[in-house]
Amino acid sequence: MKKRIISAICTIATGALLISGCGQTGANSSSGAVPLTGETLTVFNYSEYLDPDMLEQFTRESGIEVKYEEATTAEELYTKYKAGGISYDLVCTSDYMVKRLIDEGEAQKIDFNSLGNISNIGSRYWEINKAIDPDNSYALPYFWGTLGILYDTTKVNGEIDSWDVLFNGEYSGEIIMQDSMRDTFMVALKYLGYSLNTTDEAQIREAADLLMKQKPDVEAYLVDEARDEVVAGNATMAVVYSGEAYLGHLYNPDLAYVVPKEGSNVWVDSWIVTKNCRNTDAARKFLDFLCRQDVATANFEFIYYSTPNEAVIKSMDAELKEDPAIVPTEESVDLCEVCTQVEGDTTELYNELWKELKAQ
Amino acid sequence: MNRSKSRLLSIPYIIWVIGFTIIPIIFILSKAITDSDGALTLANLLAIFDPIHRKALIMSLSLAFISTVLCILLAFPVAIILRGSHIRKKSIILFILILPMWMNFILRILAMQMLISNNGIINNLLTGLGLAPMKLINTPGAIVLGMVYDYLPYMLLPVLNSVLSIPEDVIEAAKDLGSDKLHVLTRIIIPLSLGGVGSGITMVFVPSMTEFVIANILGGGKIQLLGNIIEQEFTVSMNWNLGSGLSVALMIFVLITSFLFGRNREEASTGIL
Repeated sequence: MKKRIISAICTIATGALLISGCGQTGANSSSGAVPLTGETLTVFNYSEYLDPDMLEQFTRESGIEVKYEEATTAEELYTKYKAGGISYDLVCTSDYMVKRLIDEGEAQKIDFNSLGNISNIGSRYWEINKAIDPDNSYALPYFWGTLGILYDTTKVNGEIDSWDVLFNGEYSGEIIMQDSMRDTFMVALKYLGYSLNTTDEAQIREAADLLMKQKPDVEAYLVDEARDEVVAGNATMAVVYSGEAYLGHLYNPDLAYVVPKEGSNVWVDSWIVTKNCRNTDAARKFLDFLCRQDVATANFEFIYYSTPNEAVIKSMDAELKEDPAIVPTEESVDLCEVCTQVEGDTTELYNELWKELKAQ
Repeated sequence: MNRSKSRLLSIPYIIWVIGFTIIPIIFILSKAITDSDGALTLANLLAIFDPIHRKALIMSLSLAFISTVLCILLAFPVAIILRGSHIRKKSIILFILILPMWMNFILRILAMQMLISNNGIINNLLTGLGLAPMKLINTPGAIVLGMVYDYLPYMLLPVLNSVLSIPEDVIEAAKDLGSDKLHVLTRIIIPLSLGGVGSGITMVFVPSMTEFVIANILGGGKIQLLGNIIEQEFTVSMNWNLGSGLSVALMIFVLITSFLFGRNREEASTGIL
């Protein structure tokens, strides 16, 4: 009984620590655990992007303490990383930001073949990741998915298979676009038949013109709330990430998700080991732990984004396996491109046009 | 002896001011007057006159102005009613008005979103009554509503303070000398409470002018305030110099507001609160 009370107090204290923004999940010293080795890893990830129980389990199994830090967007993560206040060992972020960090020499090469559970990660995902890491020597795929349209099947005419519905004016005032520069430009570029990584100024301007024309039809530009607005019936359709679409479908069975036939963005979030990491053995242990089937399953069930872990996919229910928001079909992914970091001038052009669009 | 004691007591304050006011301002100023290579430039400050930024500034100023006026219009009658009411009733009414401030700010804005969204509570009531639903959310009006909802207590408290601290004698004297109720209001109560209104204006206008969270949530990301542009420069565009320059330009407007309306703050801050 006493033990229970103590553990309850520990839980509350840990919770209070998390709430107070320390973001530090201390080692849990429950019985039966491997004694702490004195090693620590500082891990930097998106918020709510890893089952917190798994961090505790890792410490219990390996004796390595994990200091856990979180950010909400890739940009925030990069700003925090670059600010240099904390020395991070492992970072998980989006493809284009991974590329940026690799290009800036912030990542170190890891021999992924030395990880015991690495065969769980399907070859398809390593292929996709080659867009940002040509030799597959830096980035370990963690979760992935597509960007598409989540729509309410009871409010649309016929089946939706094209970005056209966002631009033809038929659903004026019922459309939610992403409040994220590259994602929204991607929609327009793909609809016009261009690459989402184009650096051609004329093509980007053409996409911007299209988006300006579309703005009166757009109900709102949102990020996290985009899905909820469709679920709540405030909008008919929204451009969302596939993982969000799956959760939306759980709340409201009338919702469907489609990757339009013109193609879209396929994204992969990956782990990298930073150049500052001294204890690469510990880092490798952590990455190997994440690839293990039970851990990857726990994380999948915590997040419900598409997992590159084929052992996890095999163990899923048939219903999940057939959901395109969970396991995108090969055909739909073939039409998609990975978004990579664009050069300085193009970024500036994007920033200008995006500001113009939002200020219109 | 006394002097060294007060010096000792001021140490935390000095550390606070240096760490959280002076150093950050120096950082912002130094970013604002340099470009990405560190060379001196005025471009970041002058960027406020760029058409897009100017438009956002005008939008910020006008929404903040409307919110402030609405707050004054809402706060004044309450203050006058409370002046006339019994002391116990007074504290209950005041308590109810302040209560929302105890709840998290984002939570209150999200609640407002639920209330006014297209398929939200208000529109459901309207359609339930057979009326046409209204377009409320993702408009400038929705942002003003959010600002008024959030900042009203900051107007109410100083206004109430100065209205309550007008001595009854003064009003009785005016009545003895033949003033009617309207006359008392326009010649006595309003002029004597301007100090409170002034500090209320500073406390409502300044935060509304620099607002960007309410604009994102209730404006649907379609209405760009200067605060949104500054946020974008810092997080997405990674142009900290331009972001700092625009912040400093905005600070100038804040200073003007404080200079114009903040002078009577000392008078207003005495009293029950």
